[in-house]
Amino acid sequence: MRGAPLSERFRELGLLAFIVLLCAAFQVRNHNFLTLGNLGDLLTNTAILSILSVGMMMVILTRGIDLSIGSTIALAGMVSSLTVSAHRGIHPLVSIAEGVLVGTLVGALNGLLIARFAVLPIIATLGLMNVVRGATYLISGGAWVSAYQMSDGFKAIATGRFLGVRHPILIALVINLAFVYFIEHTRTGRQIYAVGSNPEAADVSGIPRRRIVALVYTLMGALAGLGGVIWAAKFASAQSDTAVGFELSVIAATVLGGVSIAGGSGKPSGLVLGTILLGILNNALPLIKVSPFWQQAIQGGVILAAVLTNVLVKRNNQLFALRTRAI
Amino acid sequence: MAETVLELKGISKSFPGVKALQDVHFDLGRGEIHALMGENGAGKSTFIKVVTGVHQPDAGQILLDGAPVRIEGPKDSQRLGIAAIYQHVTCFPDLSVTENIFLGHETVRPVLRNIDWGQLHRRAKDLLRQLDAGFDPRTTMGNLSVAQQQIVEIAKALSTGARIIIMDEPTAPLTARESEDLYRITEGLRDQGASIIFISHRLEDVFRLAFRVTVLRDSRYVGTWEVGRLRQEDLVRAMVGREINQLFPRRAAAVGDEVLRVEGLSRTGFFEDVSFSVRRGEIVALTGLIGAGRTEVCEAIYGVARPDRGRVLLDGEELQVSGPAQALEKGIGYLPEDRLRQGLILDWDLARNVTLPTLDRFARLGWLQPAKEEAAAKDLGERLEVRARSVFDLASTLSGGNQQKVVVAKLLAGSLKVLILDEPTKGVDVGAKTAIFDIMNGLARMGYGIVMVSSEMPEVLGMSDRIVVMREGRVAAILHTQRSSQEEILHAAMPERRV
Amino acid sequence: MERTIAIDRPWSWRSFFLQWEWLLVLIFVAVHVVNSVLSPDYLTVDTFLETPMSFLDKAFLVLPMTMVIILGNIDISVGSIVALSAVVMAVAFHAGLPMPLAMLLCLLVASACGLVNGLLMTSFKELSSVIVTLATMIIFRGIAYVILEDQASGQFPIWYSALGWESFGGVPIILIAFAACAVLFTLLLHKTSFGRRIYGMGNNLTASRYSGVRTDSIILIVSTLTGLMAGVTALFLTSRMGSTRPNVAQGYELEVIAMVVLGGVSTSGGKGRMAGPLLAVFIIGFLNYGLGLVNIPAQVLLIILGLLLVLSVLVLKVRFRERAVRGSGSLPVEKVAARGPEDAAQ
Repeated sequence: MRGAPLSERFRELGLLAFIVLLCAAFQVRNHNFLTLGNLGDLLTNTAILSILSVGMMMVILTRGIDLSIGSTIALAGMVSSLTVSAHRGIHPLVSIAEGVLVGTLVGALNGLLIARFAVLPIIATLGLMNVVRGATYLISGGAWVSAYQMSDGFKAIATGRFLGVRHPILIALVINLAFVYFIEHTRTGRQIYAVGSNPEAADVSGIPRRRIVALVYTLMGALAGLGGVIWAAKFASAQSDTAVGFELSVIAATVLGGVSIAGGSGKPSGLVLGTILLGILNNALPLIKVSPFWQQAIQGGVILAAVLTNVLVKRNNQLFALRTRAI
Repeated sequence: MAETVLELKGISKSFPGVKALQDVHFDLGRGEIHALMGENGAGKSTFIKVVTGVHQPDAGQILLDGAPVRIEGPKDSQRLGIAAIYQHVTCFPDLSVTENIFLGHETVRPVLRNIDWGQLHRRAKDLLRQLDAGFDPRTTMGNLSVAQQQIVEIAKALSTGARIIIMDEPTAPLTARESEDLYRITEGLRDQGASIIFISHRLEDVFRLAFRVTVLRDSRYVGTWEVGRLRQEDLVRAMVGREINQLFPRRAAAVGDEVLRVEGLSRTGFFEDVSFSVRRGEIVALTGLIGAGRTEVCEAIYGVARPDRGRVLLDGEELQVSGPAQALEKGIGYLPEDRLRQGLILDWDLARNVTLPTLDRFARLGWLQPAKEEAAAKDLGERLEVRARSVFDLASTLSGGNQQKVVVAKLLAGSLKVLILDEPTKGVDVGAKTAIFDIMNGLARMGYGIVMVSSEMPEVLGMSDRIVVMREGRVAAILHTQRSSQEEILHAAMPERRV
Repeated sequence: MERTIAIDRPWSWRSFFLQWEWLLVLIFVAVHVVNSVLSPDYLTVDTFLETPMSFLDKAFLVLPMTMVIILGNIDISVGSIVALSAVVMAVAFHAGLPMPLAMLLCLLVASACGLVNGLLMTSFKELSSVIVTLATMIIFRGIAYVILEDQASGQFPIWYSALGWESFGGVPIILIAFAACAVLFTLLLHKTSFGRRIYGMGNNLTASRYSGVRTDSIILIVSTLTGLMAGVTALFLTSRMGSTRPNVAQGYELEVIAMVVLGGVSTSGGKGRMAGPLLAVFIIGFLNYGLGLVNIPAQVLLIILGLLLVLSVLVLKVRFRERAVRGSGSLPVEKVAARGPEDAAQ
């Protein structure tokens, strides 16, 4: 029916179809694409993106944004790497806990500024992005931590396997499952949607808006911390310019997954599809000889296209609602 | 109808500078639908806020089931079984109907504390069925019509176990058909034991639904009557009360040629095929019930929103306005309904507010001339008798009436032909109203063509030369003021009575 | 009853000195005091004339950014516009275009980028400036990478470096240029109807629109001006560096926004003056110089800038008791995107 509201399911199916098409196209161009080895690489790389996009989705649901996560990844990775290089015997789980703690602190700071002091998210996270990056540099003294300084246990966080599946993929899977449960089946999770859908109504309905906003930024930070440890383990190095600009990829994946930048809507299933799509692009473009220098432009184009599509779809829906409104 | 479930005795409430309620009495019987009527500013919204605990009364008593209570806040009133359904639906448009109903108190399963969606959807469906609504509770709220959203609001009230339900102008955004559905739902609620306070402008609603009606006027209690024993004229007189002639300054109208003509103006979802004309020196009232589409028509003429069809002609020339800037240039001015959000920049002083629409007149090649601005603001302010110490007083420090005068002053700084005034005396106390009416007469004498949007019958009858009555987005009638009555206007404004 | 309205402006010494800009003057003096302690030969005319050469390139951006923030918007794509226009200039020059024309091209490309921002914002009012400039930030720099990959491009004519390094009549060219632009922008903002309308829009967009302000045109003009100034920045930056690559001017958006906010311009819009950001430019510039005197690495400046940004916003809120735009408690409804066209008009 002309002008009928386009439902969420349509978008997800569209994404899925696009992914399938893309995979087919890539496979045609390079037969190495759909190999177990390459897919394993793809999923591992996408794992970190996925972990972080979970956090970003919660932030964007509340009408916020977080530009500081790239720096948080660097800091968490650096801190855990430095600790490992000084104390080789540390259990990898302790390293992970360390990274998560660092990330949580950064996130909590964001949450404090934004929820308690009403600083605009763009300003707070832009400021913290630089403070944290600078802090990373300071604690490392400008030096790198490289592979030989890391214990095998540490590196195994990223390279090890459990039941044949690489750790990062498992971690991402667990995080996503926990996320689905949290955001769709718990009261707090639903309140996150409410806060973004109509902040004033949330206040009036007695929803603890400020606490929820602080929570999402703290969770984002924690996930960034986790991602930071995995990153350092995976690339077997920690530098002060690690993950520069990574927040943009995360935002791209989230927006691509149908999370509305206006807040209040988006589904975890869409998020997974968006993340996979971006992961495929990142993996496959080099395989089909697209210069890596095109990646950034493509990413920006993807964000813009996704966001504009959202706007146009919404306008169409509104027009439809007006037409069916019997005067 | 046996006992009294809610009673207000001698309730008074004041705010700085304004008495909202004075010694108001009200009682609601169990299982009664009791209508509350009164004009704008009569005190109805304060009444609701007192009953729902948003405001505490300065004097008087509230009794619930015969026992005195203090309602500390909205949560408290909810606990006591009182729920209010407001005109403007505050909902979460991205969430489902079920969630909107149960948000914050969803049922959770014991161990994992996860939401029992199945049960919630079923409960939602039950509630909706109680209200004769068949739509799927899984629907996203934003995709529902206003009428359906209202039903969800009612379901929400029911889900909290409310026994006293206040409905604030519920039929305002509804069509005739949807209003019928709402009547049935309201009666259904009553039959299930709820007691309902039904606030409405529409006589139709009152005579159809209510057992008794209470009238407020100018923040005072006028009386309570059984609807069955009341005539329409009596009710109208109770609401309006005063002699119409006394309040409104007499005008000598020297009406000139046609200056504005609207032909077949339409905007999907808001209004359809609207046509009328205005002559120089004439005041044309644009009236109708809330939701009839009057403000939307004005916004279309002024360029705030684009109409889908139709023409607007100024002095015979067809206008193509893409925005208020062009409308002003061509000679149409607009006094917005929401003075604080649309009419004034509160953090600015008088002078800068007044000169904003005509800034180019006070700037040479873009270079501002503050002295000229200040002189113009002083001149206009004095002419309109704005009570301010200096032109540098901030707009936020002025009283409502004076603020309105400043917004009018904005329109006078330039040379316009047509003025559209949207509810010019809304939120203005009685004393300042007369001043505004004087100004309007003066403007008509100067040759402006004036469109006045108003919901207040006395104002409409007292100030206008002709009346355009809108009903549900269409022009229902165009009447000559001298030859018409309040009943005629109301009759035209209201949807057809169903037998 | 005759009532007159006065036109005398209320004024007091107290209100005059209680302004934010005086605090900045104090900080400015403090920075110089500290610097002169750290370096004995600090307080010379040469220092004050030459040091600005190293930081004034980004100062050009502060001028339009002040307007942007007063409007209630933000622009984080400025660094990318600098990079793209610089890269285009370099490539065009090496492709044979005479340098003066290449410089003009730089300004044109930069202005076009700004215009793109403006067009996106006015055509899609549902989107906030945050998300629009976030996307264009990525796209513009991305295009720069496509053009120049990871190469550097330099070897400009000798006279070109004079732009950023030489003086005229004893005063550095860049300082003269900045002073001229600063005067122009200050007059534009404070003395023209254009500037008045910007303040109006920042204060209350809806009321401004209803009062006949051409809001779309103003946003387009301000965006284009922002682009143009980014082009000017590109000219001077490239001249000083002697070459350019796609990753130049990274982090400029933070510095510029920090300078504007430190200058007392509120992020909720409608308030602030040009004088503050102008002072902030020199405060941060000389502060950076001072850090260099004690060999503190550049990364520390990042921390300081980030802290300054956040602290300024906090202090401004407390100082001027900002009411949240939506009036529902002090939590800002981040306009990453408005909810619909009607929201966008607020």
